Amino acid sequence: MRRIGIGLGAAGLAAAVALWWASAPIKPLTADTAVMAKVAGDAAHGALVFTASGCAFCHQTLGQDDPRLLGGGMAFASDFGTFHAPNISPGPMGIGGWTITDLDRALRHGVSPAGQHYYPVFPYTAYARMTDGDLADLHAYLQTLPPDPTPNIAHDIGPLVSIRRGIGLWKRAFATSDWALPQAPTPQLQRGRYLVEALAHCAECHTPRNFAGALDHTRWMAGAPNPTGRGTIPPLTPDRLQWSAQDIAYYLQTGFTPDYDSAGGHMVAVIGNFAQLPAQDRDAVAAYLKALPAP
Amino acid sequence: MKTSLATLAAVAMLAGAAQAQTLPKEVKARQGQFQIMAINVGILGAMAKGAVPFDATAAQAAAKSLVGVSMINPAPLFPEGTDAMAINGTRAEPAIWENLPDVLAKWDAFGAAAAQMQTAAAEGPQAIGAALGPLGGTCKACHDAYRAPN
Repeated sequence: MRRIGIGLGAAGLAAAVALWWASAPIKPLTADTAVMAKVAGDAAHGALVFTASGCAFCHQTLGQDDPRLLGGGMAFASDFGTFHAPNISPGPMGIGGWTITDLDRALRHGVSPAGQHYYPVFPYTAYARMTDGDLADLHAYLQTLPPDPTPNIAHDIGPLVSIRRGIGLWKRAFATSDWALPQAPTPQLQRGRYLVEALAHCAECHTPRNFAGALDHTRWMAGAPNPTGRGTIPPLTPDRLQWSAQDIAYYLQTGFTPDYDSAGGHMVAVIGNFAQLPAQDRDAVAAYLKALPAP
Repeated sequence: MKTSLATLAAVAMLAGAAQAQTLPKEVKARQGQFQIMAINVGILGAMAKGAVPFDATAAQAAAKSLVGVSMINPAPLFPEGTDAMAINGTRAEPAIWENLPDVLAKWDAFGAAAAQMQTAAAEGPQAIGAALGPLGGTCKACHDAYRAPN
């Protein structure tokens, strides 16, 4: 009996150690720290990465319209509680003093400079596919923005969700930097895939989630319930979104559907970003959507 | 089973038709008004895209229709109790009635953009394309704040 007890205790300890190990924040794998530190980012191109990635949509200071003021504050209600976007301006309240490596850990691995996991409401599972060059350029651009003194708001979440080590296990189970569309034979499709899957993180709204709040890759872009609780986010697969590639590109530029209805809700801000990108980028996104398999 | 599904579908269709019929006339009027706007913006958009050849007369008629719609007083079309929470068949957010001055300001912005379009429509497809951006912006500004998701 005692031996069984010791055995169980040892097994429990081993399981605890394994869990602790498995839930630990992962060190940056993609970027070599020494190499990245030497990269001089191009702030002008970083502005484009910033726009394509929709950073300001969540992080711009609440109650004002300047997308360069990144004091944060936007609330995201979910099944797991309400999360608040933090200040990411280059000042003491935000990301002042962050190195490229810090930004890499945050954006592509979801880990803070202090070594804590971020909640995946921050779409690092998409940004994980960002290139080294875009990351360095974005870092350079963020440094050019004005610091914002807005203090961060604590997340309003349950006690179980607030154990951040749990996110480590979530990442192991669900995070992947594999492409959802594995075949992208042309440069245009590759660019579209990069914009949709990495930067613009379209799937965060247009793909349904599983019990743990992770994207269901088997129903990629199949549409999803609106997190506001009212209505649905439309599907984008070609069997459901039957617009031509030109229609899609025109929508991303102007907000007009083929029937000349106009975009509403959060998509208005997304179109505001896409409209600032080069026309080839909107065409690439359209080509990507037309290449998606029906779920 | 097949029959019951067909019956269900028929009932659902009838219910949909009944619902459309019972919409207050103000709601039907404002929805028709937005359709008139979409149809006329569509005429201009097709010319701007090059999907149809530029036709100055048709373009100016479309722009003039938009200006005409912009002159309709929205207040009587939005009586209290005709928001998406109160009745089915509308996507009008209750926030409209809480922010009436802002709603009217946004409607006026559409009127100003429509007037710009009237100038552009005489010039050609490029000018129309340039004027469509601000015009669409006024649609989006209101939809962003005051139209419920689908």
